[in-house]
Amino acid sequence: MQEKDRLIIEQIPRLRRYARALTGNTHAAEDLVQDCLERAWKKFHLWQTGSSMRAWMFTIMHNIYVNQVRKAVSRPTVVALNEWTDDRGVKPVQEKRVEVRNVGAALEMLPEEQRAVVLLVGLEELSYQEVAKVLGIPMGTVMSRLSRGREKLRSLVEESGVVVKDTVTEK
Amino acid sequence: MTDQSITDNDLHAYVDGELDAARRAEVEAHLAANPAAAKIVRGYRSLNRDLHEAFDDVLNEPLPHAMVRVARRRPLEAMRRIAAALVLVAAGAAGGWALNDVTSPQNDSLAAAFPARAGIIHSTYYAERRHAVEVAAGEKPHLVAWLSKRLGTDVEIPDLSEAGFQLVGGRMLPGESKPAAHFLYEDIEGDRISLYMRHGDTGGRDTAFSFASTGVVGVYYWINGPTGYAVAGGVEREVLLKAAKIVYRQLGY
Repeated sequence: MQEKDRLIIEQIPRLRRYARALTGNTHAAEDLVQDCLERAWKKFHLWQTGSSMRAWMFTIMHNIYVNQVRKAVSRPTVVALNEWTDDRGVKPVQEKRVEVRNVGAALEMLPEEQRAVVLLVGLEELSYQEVAKVLGIPMGTVMSRLSRGREKLRSLVEESGVVVKDTVTEK
Repeated sequence: MTDQSITDNDLHAYVDGELDAARRAEVEAHLAANPAAAKIVRGYRSLNRDLHEAFDDVLNEPLPHAMVRVARRRPLEAMRRIAAALVLVAAGAAGGWALNDVTSPQNDSLAAAFPARAGIIHSTYYAERRHAVEVAAGEKPHLVAWLSKRLGTDVEIPDLSEAGFQLVGGRMLPGESKPAAHFLYEDIEGDRISLYMRHGDTGGRDTAFSFASTGVVGVYYWINGPTGYAVAGGVEREVLLKAAKIVYRQLGY
């Protein structure tokens, strides 16, 4: 029992880091990790001793996340108007520029599926094979999402000035 | 020297430490001769550094109490699961003996025993890692041919990928008076469900699409003429229902 506790608790910091980067939102990330821990406990008997606990827990978390995204798409959450403008609306130009230079803001502009691969490889340093398993996709798809995601992220970070201008003038 | 065979994928794999020593040396030679490629590699590396700079602080944040509490919780759920499975096995075994004792077949109890049997079979094999199936999914044509011959009907193995389950494989089991078939499926998290199929010894009484449960293992089942199907598993009921509906649809009933 003590061993199980340790195995699961050990994973929490990395799960939190990935969740934070994936969702771009502290509250959503903590909820995601919490859900993942509950599910991991419930399904602990399914974990195969000797296989990577980290990859298994990332798999669980990813599935929860995908289901949440799917639900949110079919039934969009209502965002209060002031909340919306605070978060995504126009901010003073300088502040916005700083924000988009931040890689976190650029990440939010990637399609969700590319973001997951870029983060699992670049931040969590999972092997391509582990990523394929976690996301339930073939290796070739891991490669193509990684390649497209990284390319896009790089151009977003490098050309952040242009992106900011577009966002601001759209007002 | 510029190596034409080096692709963009190789550059990613190089950055991510995915290449073997020989290929790594080839990529390094390519980078030395090719400043554009070297620049791309620097770009990918700096991106990874940016990601770590932006998010590594999270690693050092103190763990919220709620998380540690959840993580330390004893797996009561799992213990309850096992206990309930044992109850089901006991009930099913008793039912089986009772049936053997009656001389004239009682179709009603035979039909009632069918989902219980499916539940027992699922509970027996779902946690088995090394011997979960007799014939693995890789030998599907052989599995189909073998079971078709032994059950005396054209056996089809439904594709449950739409519900997130892949075939692990199958086995032959004794039914009431004839061989029966058991197929095991697994989802990406390792959760498993079973499809149990009997032909020619179901009691010959049609049963509508029905649900039976021990509270832990649920079984969707239906008997159509000589053939009975049961989809059993301890997964969420909607998940099991989705899989059962696919089986129902694909097998043409």
